[in-house]
Amino acid sequence: MSMTSQRPVGDPAAASPSGADEPYLVVDELTVRFPTADGLVQAVTDLSYTLEQGKTLGIVGESGSGKSVSSMAVMGLHDYKRTRMSGSIRVGGREVIGLSSEKMRDIRGSDVSMIFQDPLTSLHPFYSIGAQIAEAYTAHNKVSKRQARAKAIEMLDRVGIPQPKNRVDDYPHQFSGGMRQRAMIAMALVNDPKLLIADEPTTALDVTVQAQILDLLQELQRDFNSAIIIITHDLGVVAEMADEVLVMYAGRAVEVGPTRELLTHPEMPYTWGLLSSVPDVTSDTDARLIPIPGNPPSLLDPPTGCPFHPRCAHRDKVPGDLCRTELPALITGNRPGHTKRCHLANPDSIYETEILPEIAPDMVDLVVQDATPAESGTNLFSAEDETPGNGSVAPENR
Amino acid sequence: MFGYVIRRVISGLLVLIVVSIATFALFFYGPSNPALAYCPETRCTPARLQQITTSLGLDKPVVEQYSKYMKGIVAGNDFQAGSISIKCGAPCLGVSFKLRVNVTDYLLGRFPATLSIALGASVIMLLIGVSSGIFAARRRGSPADKAIVGASLVINAIPYYLLALLAYLLLVSQWGIFPDSGYHGLFSEGPLAWAKGLILAWIVVGVSSSTTYARFSRGSMIEALNEDYVRTARSKGLSEQRITVHHALRSAIVPVVTIFGLEFATLLAGTIFTERIFDIQGIGLTALQAINTKDLPVISATVLIAAAFIVIANLVVDIIYSFIDPRVRLT
Repeated sequence: MSMTSQRPVGDPAAASPSGADEPYLVVDELTVRFPTADGLVQAVTDLSYTLEQGKTLGIVGESGSGKSVSSMAVMGLHDYKRTRMSGSIRVGGREVIGLSSEKMRDIRGSDVSMIFQDPLTSLHPFYSIGAQIAEAYTAHNKVSKRQARAKAIEMLDRVGIPQPKNRVDDYPHQFSGGMRQRAMIAMALVNDPKLLIADEPTTALDVTVQAQILDLLQELQRDFNSAIIIITHDLGVVAEMADEVLVMYAGRAVEVGPTRELLTHPEMPYTWGLLSSVPDVTSDTDARLIPIPGNPPSLLDPPTGCPFHPRCAHRDKVPGDLCRTELPALITGNRPGHTKRCHLANPDSIYETEILPEIAPDMVDLVVQDATPAESGTNLFSAEDETPGNGSVAPENR
Repeated sequence: MFGYVIRRVISGLLVLIVVSIATFALFFYGPSNPALAYCPETRCTPARLQQITTSLGLDKPVVEQYSKYMKGIVAGNDFQAGSISIKCGAPCLGVSFKLRVNVTDYLLGRFPATLSIALGASVIMLLIGVSSGIFAARRRGSPADKAIVGASLVINAIPYYLLALLAYLLLVSQWGIFPDSGYHGLFSEGPLAWAKGLILAWIVVGVSSSTTYARFSRGSMIEALNEDYVRTARSKGLSEQRITVHHALRSAIVPVVTIFGLEFATLLAGTIFTERIFDIQGIGLTALQAINTKDLPVISATVLIAAAFIVIANLVVDIIYSFIDPRVRLT
């Protein structure tokens, strides 16, 4: 049962087609499964995306939607003995799935590197910041200790740590939260990676530091021309950073598109839900914060049809029982380059008449602000829309 | 850190004073009369007993005797009782009139044997315990892991004296695999004789104690391997060996250091069963003999020494902590 991979493992290098004109990262039909005592966890299913150098992809979704699992697969960080993977991940033309751990190690930290959510727990408490950065450098470069240390100081300076010569010997607990994340970034970038995966890099930081870290990532991306995958549940981060957005739900891509396009014309009710639950300090104070009812589905036993249907307020607008019986394909919507996984025929008009007035009244031409949102509010999450027993909670009418 | 050490030494000394009072109280409030121990059983007349009591100073008030005892530890004390005269320089832990020696020198003579057992056994128990713990942690849930945990529990469940006795009976008496069991001086008789005499004791103590380390290091290693910083180390592209040793083990070793510190102190205080069964003249066997002969000065000295080792071990463990973990500040 502990197969390394379900795809035929040949020579991984030979598996890469043409190579040269392919985008730096190609994820093709990636499926990740974890066999557990309770059954098979379907963490990621048929996920495909590509990413070019110098571009940023934002992966958005709730906890357990498969966003981290899919990126860990790119790094080869899953325990092969406890994971079943199929599909293809090509990094710079090399097939990663089924690659020996020896060869994977050469890629990890040098071509692809990763920064994590909580820099305090992600840095080793017993080693100095400088030693940890130098270790990442010596792992891929034959250099002396002194050279590695000089490189660590250089990197700390690069990410904006003041007095890097003095701070290089500090331990993580002597750094502030923002400095720790800067140090993490310095460590991830020490080998000039072509792809940087940032797994919720700002979630553990306060808002002002968040902005600094995002600025830093963008600046470094311009300098190194790296591709960045930024995993987040914060659409604000995505709006600032990403060129393209991938919305994930229950291990699948449910909406993909250029950032600006996707955030202004979202076509999938789950994306609407994400947008509705973002607070916006600049908007009208009457704008409501609407949580998505219910909980993310169990990946042991995902819902039939569209995985989002038990929580979807709009499933009755689809004729028949299509949402429950048939998984919608990822198809191009009303605009080119923008794909979605939804049966709704007229998502734009629903969004403009029902969702937008709720979440951003100032963006719609509304004369009477009070009346319309209340009306559409009852449409959105009225009691009839609730599936009994799925644990969803309708927001109160305030 | 210096101030911290000073304060810890002072509080350690206070502990030792309390222990010395407690052991001293054994003389006076314990069930046996110390003078009786020196009175020849067949010819012990009340007058003779009285004479011994007086010459040992046992008729003096308790406080006076205790202060004399403490003065002996600090400044030394020469004993004079009838025709017997025993020199006892500082630190004088008392005089055994039964053996007619000063206790400090007597115990010092026995200490190398105990130290030899402790060192050898420690090497074996740490090697077996920690390495099997790491091995099991890295293969958690596998048959090898279950076998290690199971074996550790089985060995732990066998009473130590039974294990040691069986080992001696079978391997020394019956099959003669380890013929020269006993203590041979490392310098007087050479390292080979020394090791040959102690090897079985090392193995028995080492293996039976290693079970604790196997389970402790397995548990803390599993915890460490799941830490975020181990994932970071892996994402840097480090080798599995470097991840295991430099990143996971470095933090997993902390609880092991704690229990080892105390275990080593207990070993130094004397391993009674081991020394008795393998016939090694160490502190433990000495304490046992002293109990059998009601030689109270020797008994109280061994208790005091054991307490001192525990106090020192605690301090050393705390200082080691501050070297392992930079977040620990000894203030």
